Amino acid sequence: MSGPKLVSILRQGPHLIASIHTALDDTEMERFREDLVEQIGRHRSRGVVIDVAALDVLDSFGARTLRTIGEMARLRGAVTVIVGIQPDVAFAMVSLGMDTGTVATALDLEEGLAFLEGSGARRSGAGRIGAPAARAVPR
Amino acid sequence: MTDHEHHTAPAGTAPVSPEYLYERDDEHQLLPQLVAHLREHRTRLRQEWAGRIQQSGLLRAMTPQEMTVETTSVYDNYVEVLETGSVEALQRYARDLSERIIPRGVETHEVVGIVLLLRDVLARSLFEKYQLDFALLNRVLDAYEPAANRIAITVAGSFVDERERVIRQQQDSIRELSTPVLPVRERLLILPIIGVLHSERARQLTEQLLAGIRTHRAKVVVVDITGVPDVDEAVANHLVQTVDASRLMGASVIITGLSPEIAQTLVTIGVDLSKMDTIGDLQGGLEEAERLLGYTVTRDSGMASP
Repeated sequence: MSGPKLVSILRQGPHLIASIHTALDDTEMERFREDLVEQIGRHRSRGVVIDVAALDVLDSFGARTLRTIGEMARLRGAVTVIVGIQPDVAFAMVSLGMDTGTVATALDLEEGLAFLEGSGARRSGAGRIGAPAARAVPR
Repeated sequence: MTDHEHHTAPAGTAPVSPEYLYERDDEHQLLPQLVAHLREHRTRLRQEWAGRIQQSGLLRAMTPQEMTVETTSVYDNYVEVLETGSVEALQRYARDLSERIIPRGVETHEVVGIVLLLRDVLARSLFEKYQLDFALLNRVLDAYEPAANRIAITVAGSFVDERERVIRQQQDSIRELSTPVLPVRERLLILPIIGVLHSERARQLTEQLLAGIRTHRAKVVVVDITGVPDVDEAVANHLVQTVDASRLMGASVIITGLSPEIAQTLVTIGVDLSKMDTIGDLQGGLEEAERLLGYTVTRDSGMASP
């Protein structure tokens, strides 16, 4: 693959942080799905944050793929949270009848990690990470 | 353009059929004659007019003193238009007058009514003056009527223009005031909405709400619609979409103060209400929001109980 990376998938303790840097076409989206689901297994991740803050459009295929990722991740033992949906994107999505299904959403990366700490991902994960967990505890 | 041509300008608006040609010519002398007559009997005619206004029950909002002042200036402006044929000064005066009387509740029909009354009073005085020479009366009226009608149109037009300007101005200020986004606690916003929610305002509400969630990093938003009497189907749908969009941004929306009418609209249009979080009043909404955010509010036991 040449040129700048379109997505990055980083490990953060028991979680994976996947950032989408630019609008992806359908093939790229599917490739992203495969990579991410494969890495969940490889790193035995308990939680996944998908950051879409850089996107100012999200088509129906993209939204459906994100939902699919969330459901596949759950089957492989990780909780998914989508973060950083822009106001315009959010309203466009609901106007077009798209949603994220059972997948949780949060305002930004920090909120997303806090959500993972507070949800099922914490049961086996919180004991293992030090500083990030402390930062994410609300109040 | 010379002064002379300027004076003939109103004559150009008169009917142009051949038999009127000679009458148009002597309009030059008839109008000055008319003006001289109106100036001479100014006090009497003005009083007669004021009497007619009172009889018709118009302009009740004004005191007798104000009536005297205003009727005098309207009268003088009226005669001036007949003399010069230029309505600009009258237009300015009418706009100024409208600005003063609109806030006091003067209606369009009153303004048109008083101008038409003046027209009638003056026409009567012309009948009286020229009653012995019917042909001359006809020619005087030919000169007088178009000018008088133009004045009525000018005054009514200025009044309506001024009123529309006021309405536009008020709409602008309502738009600015309409959707305040107020942070009450860290990560908790309130949006009190008062007045009719039409689709334009609903769109603005969504925009401000979503932007507010971003800038204040809100987790819970309480939208209080106690002050909204009713919504139509489109706006109700929009409201539901706004709640969904806020959730996509990671914030929960609590709607409080739904009136029975709005509740019925929401139920009738059959949108999915399972995800809508609604609570009876703003107080309950705030308590729920605080619970969601993990706040507990306790009263200091040392304080006097209500």
